[in-house]
Amino acid sequence: MYAYIFRKLLYNVPVYLGIILFVMVALRVNDPVMAYLGKSASPESIAAMRSEMGLDRPLISQYGTFLGRVVTLDFSERSWEQKRPVGDILGRAVWPSLAITVPALILSTLTAISIALLSAYWRGTLTDRTLMFAAVLGMSVSLLVYVVLGQYFGAYWLPEKLGIPDGSPLRFAISGYEPVVAEGLRPDNWLRYCLLPVIITVVLTIGYDTRFYRAVMVEECNRDYIVTARAKGASKPKIMFVHMLKNAMIPIITHVMITLPFLITGSIVMETYFRIPGMGQTLITAINSKDFPVIQAFTAVFAAIFILTNILTDVLYALVDPRVRLS
Amino acid sequence: MAERQPILQVRNLSTCFRTDRGVVTAVDDVSFDVYSGETLGIVGESGCGKTVTSKSIMRLLPERTSFLKQGSSMLLRSAHRPQEPAMDLATAEERVMRQVRGARVAMIFQEPMTSLNPVFTVGWQIDEALRYHTDLDAAGRRKRVIEMLKLVEIPNAEKRADEYPHQLSGGMRQRVMIAIALCCEPDVLIADEPTTALDVTIQAQILKLMDDLRRRLSTAIVLITHNLGVVAQVCDRVMVMYAGRVVEQGTVHEIFRSAAHPYTAALLGSIPKAGRKEHGRRLPIIPGIVPGLLELPSGCRFADRCTYKQARCTAEEPKLDAVTGPGAAPDRAVRCHYPLGAAAVASASSSASAAR
Repeated sequence: MYAYIFRKLLYNVPVYLGIILFVMVALRVNDPVMAYLGKSASPESIAAMRSEMGLDRPLISQYGTFLGRVVTLDFSERSWEQKRPVGDILGRAVWPSLAITVPALILSTLTAISIALLSAYWRGTLTDRTLMFAAVLGMSVSLLVYVVLGQYFGAYWLPEKLGIPDGSPLRFAISGYEPVVAEGLRPDNWLRYCLLPVIITVVLTIGYDTRFYRAVMVEECNRDYIVTARAKGASKPKIMFVHMLKNAMIPIITHVMITLPFLITGSIVMETYFRIPGMGQTLITAINSKDFPVIQAFTAVFAAIFILTNILTDVLYALVDPRVRLS
Repeated sequence: MAERQPILQVRNLSTCFRTDRGVVTAVDDVSFDVYSGETLGIVGESGCGKTVTSKSIMRLLPERTSFLKQGSSMLLRSAHRPQEPAMDLATAEERVMRQVRGARVAMIFQEPMTSLNPVFTVGWQIDEALRYHTDLDAAGRRKRVIEMLKLVEIPNAEKRADEYPHQLSGGMRQRVMIAIALCCEPDVLIADEPTTALDVTIQAQILKLMDDLRRRLSTAIVLITHNLGVVAQVCDRVMVMYAGRVVEQGTVHEIFRSAAHPYTAALLGSIPKAGRKEHGRRLPIIPGIVPGLLELPSGCRFADRCTYKQARCTAEEPKLDAVTGPGAAPDRAVRCHYPLGAAAVASASSSASAAR
C-alpha cells in the first residue's frame, strides 16, 4: 500500500506542476501590477513595483522561484494589500473556516445517513415519502431564505422568546467572530458565532445528501446478495445494517471525500453573510483587491490538498471494498 | 413407496402481484409434493412461474406488492421429527419464517456472480447461517465452515474461507452457495436454475455434486430449470409449468417416454440429440411466446402456440386430469383436452386432486 501511495504521489507531480504553471500564466494575462495600482499610476511606480515583485523576470524564472517556495513551504511573500506574509494570512483564516465546515460536515453526514437509512428501511411507505418530500423541499429553498430566517429566528426571535440573557453563548451572533482557541478553549465563542452558520449549512446540504444516500441504499437493497441473506434467515435489521450498509458505504465515502478539500476553503457565502474572517472571505477579498500573492499561494495550497485527498480516497476505498486492490 | 409422507406438501398455491394494471396471478393453483431424498424438477420457459413458486415457498416475495391467495397451503414436515405436526408456510409469521429459511428450507440461486455479498469473506457468509440457526461457538462454527467447504469439494478450504467472492470462479461461488444452503442440514433445498449461468462442464460438476449431497444427506431437492437435459440427469419427478399453471406432471421416465401435453412434447422436441440424423435441418422451436399474465386467453393457455389446437381449446380451459393406464405413476397428470399418445385420461371429475 505504501508503494501505491508513493507511486500515486509521483504521478501527481506533473499534474501539480501543470496546475501551478496554469495559475501563474492565468494571473499574468492581465498585468497584475497595472490592475493593482490602477489607471492613474505613474510608469515609474509601475516599473518599480514590477521589479520589486520580480514580475519583470522571464516567466520560467518566476515559475522556478515560486516552485522553490512551495516545496520549502515558504509562504513569507507579502500580501500587497495587507503587507503581511501570505502564510500568516492564510494560517489565520483557516481556523474560522474549519470551525464551521468540520462540525457541519460531520453533523450533516451523520444525519443524512441516518435519515437515508430510515427512509430506505421503510421504503415506499408514508414515512419514506414524507422524509423524501421534506428533503426535496429543503434543497429547493434558497440559501438566502435560510440565512435570513436563521438570523431572524436564531439570533433574535428565539432568544427573545426564551429570555436568553445578552451575555449567554446561546444568544447567537448575527455576524462576527471570536477565536475558539484563544488563551484556552472557548466553547462559548464557538456556540455564539459558529453554531448558527453550522446549523444553516447542515440544513442546506442535508436534503441533497439524504436523497443521494437513500438512492444508493435502495439500489443496494435490490441486489441479489440481499435475497441470499434473507434466504439464510437474516432479520431485516441485520440485512440493512450489515449487508446493505457496508456495500452502500463505498459510494457514500466517495461522496464525502470529494467535499473534504472544500473544508479548507470554507463556505464563501456563509462567511460573507456572517462576516466570519475565514478562507472564503479572505479569498474573495484578495480577488476583489487584486491581491496577487494571496491568490497564487492559495491556489498552490488548495491544489496540493485536493491531490492528497484524492489519494486518501483511493486508500480508503481499498479498506472498505475488498475488490479494490492498490497495486 | 407405500405410505411415504411428503416433507413438503404444496396445495393450491396461488401467488398474486398487485401491478398498476391490476392484480395478476403469477402462480395459479399449483399443487405438488416433495419427498425426502428425492429431486423434483420444475420445468418451463421464462415467465412460467417457476421462480415465483420457489420464492413463494421461501416467502421471499415483496410483501407490499404480492400475496398468496386464500386457500394456498404449504405444509412442511420435519425429517428428523416425523411425528411433529406439519407447519403451514403459507400462513407462518415472518418471525417463524426466519427460523425456517436457511435451517429447514434453503435456497440457491441462478447468479453465483451476484448472489454472494462482495464485501464479506466466503467463510463469514457461511458462518452467518450457522450463527442464526445453531448453538455452535466461534471455533465450532469455523470447523463446520471448513467442513462444508470440503464437502462441496473446494480445494484449500482453510485458505478459501478467508477469501472474498471476487477471488473465486463462478463454479466455486456456486459451490459456496451450496455450502451456505446445506450447512444447517435443511430438509428441503430449492435450487433456482443453479447451473444456468455456468458453462457446461461446470454445470455437470455442480449437478453431480448436488446429486451426491442429496444422496448423502437425504435432502429433498426442488430443482427449477428450463433445461430438460438437466432434468433427465438428476430428477426423479417432473412438473411442467406454463403461464403460471401446472400442465403436466409425472416421473422423469414417463415424461421423457410419453409426454402427454403438446407443450412438454414441444420442449422435448427442441433439445438437440446426439446421433439424430438431422444434418442441415433446423432444430424445431416453439413459435410465439408465453402469454402475458394480464392478457391470458380464456381457453387453454398454450392454445395459441399449439400445433394440435382445436375449437374446444380456445373455448374452454382444460383441467389437470390424472392419467391412468398401465404403468402410470399415481400422481401422473396432464392439463390438455387432447393429450398425446396413448395416455388414458381419467374423467374430468378427478381434476386438481391429481397430485395426491
